[in-house]
Amino acid sequence: MLVEGLFYAFSAVLIAAALGVVVTRNPVHSALCLVLCFFTSAAIWLLIEAEFLAIVLVLVYVGAVMVLFLFVVMMLDINVEEIRRGFTRYAWLGWLTAFAVIAQLVGVFWFRGLGIDATGGMATLPAGYSNTRELGKVLYTDFVYPFELAAVVLLVAIIAAISLTMRRRPGLKAQNISRQVAVRSKDRVRLIKVPSQPAPGAESPAGNDAAASTKGSAP
Amino acid sequence: MITLQHLLTLSSILFALAVAGIFLNRKNVILLLMCIELMLLAVNFNFVAFSRFLNDLDGQVFVFFVLTVAAAEAAIGLAILVVLFRERRSINVEDLNTMKG
Repeated sequence: MLVEGLFYAFSAVLIAAALGVVVTRNPVHSALCLVLCFFTSAAIWLLIEAEFLAIVLVLVYVGAVMVLFLFVVMMLDINVEEIRRGFTRYAWLGWLTAFAVIAQLVGVFWFRGLGIDATGGMATLPAGYSNTRELGKVLYTDFVYPFELAAVVLLVAIIAAISLTMRRRPGLKAQNISRQVAVRSKDRVRLIKVPSQPAPGAESPAGNDAAASTKGSAP
Repeated sequence: MITLQHLLTLSSILFALAVAGIFLNRKNVILLLMCIELMLLAVNFNFVAFSRFLNDLDGQVFVFFVLTVAAAEAAIGLAILVVLFRERRSINVEDLNTMKG
């Protein structure tokens, strides 16, 4: 009973937050509503015992992707009024489409049947079952090549994002490391042989100071 | 008791809201990206629900990959958006008419 109550409460919050993403006027509020969506989704995934993915959803989406969204939204100077003009022009079409999608899918789920027995509950997991361990076993054996490919996709995304947004402003003093490393001493330093000559005051009994300055000026 | 039908209904409502959001916010590229994230979340909901109720872990592995690709997509999409804003000082979809498409 507790689980059902929590499920309905989190579902209500999730739907309200999704509605908030869609209709709020300010993009920052939309992003924050989306964060709430991800949090409540993670809670529902915990309720149906998909613990690893719930934590990953919070860490990856809330911790990384949504922070990136918020950074971009706050960094760009968006003219909200200009963008919101004509907001309700196709709103009826949007809501009609949404209603049709919901009606059709609900009709399939609840009245036509899915071809499987969808009315039963979840299979009870054995005691000591670890979702993370089982997922890891599958991920590192059967799906190891897709896993490596996912890593490559992330690497490509990093390189693409950095190279897209990196900007070289002219007239800016910057360090060029490869040129620094490639420098040879003979390109920069010129050694000149200067014949030694007696210092003007070398014979005078003034002594130490003059001798020191002579030494200092020698190449 | 939470049944598969409850979860599928919830995810279909999420998906439909995201579709409506694309209709409503069709000028704002950032909100379009957010609506796509919402759609991916609804799809992930379906995967997790089926994986859990059919007792097959492959669905959750697939959700893992979807999360990876979605993160990459968000990073590249936002990078393109930043470059676009730097060029045009606008993120309105109607201003993106250079290619006369």
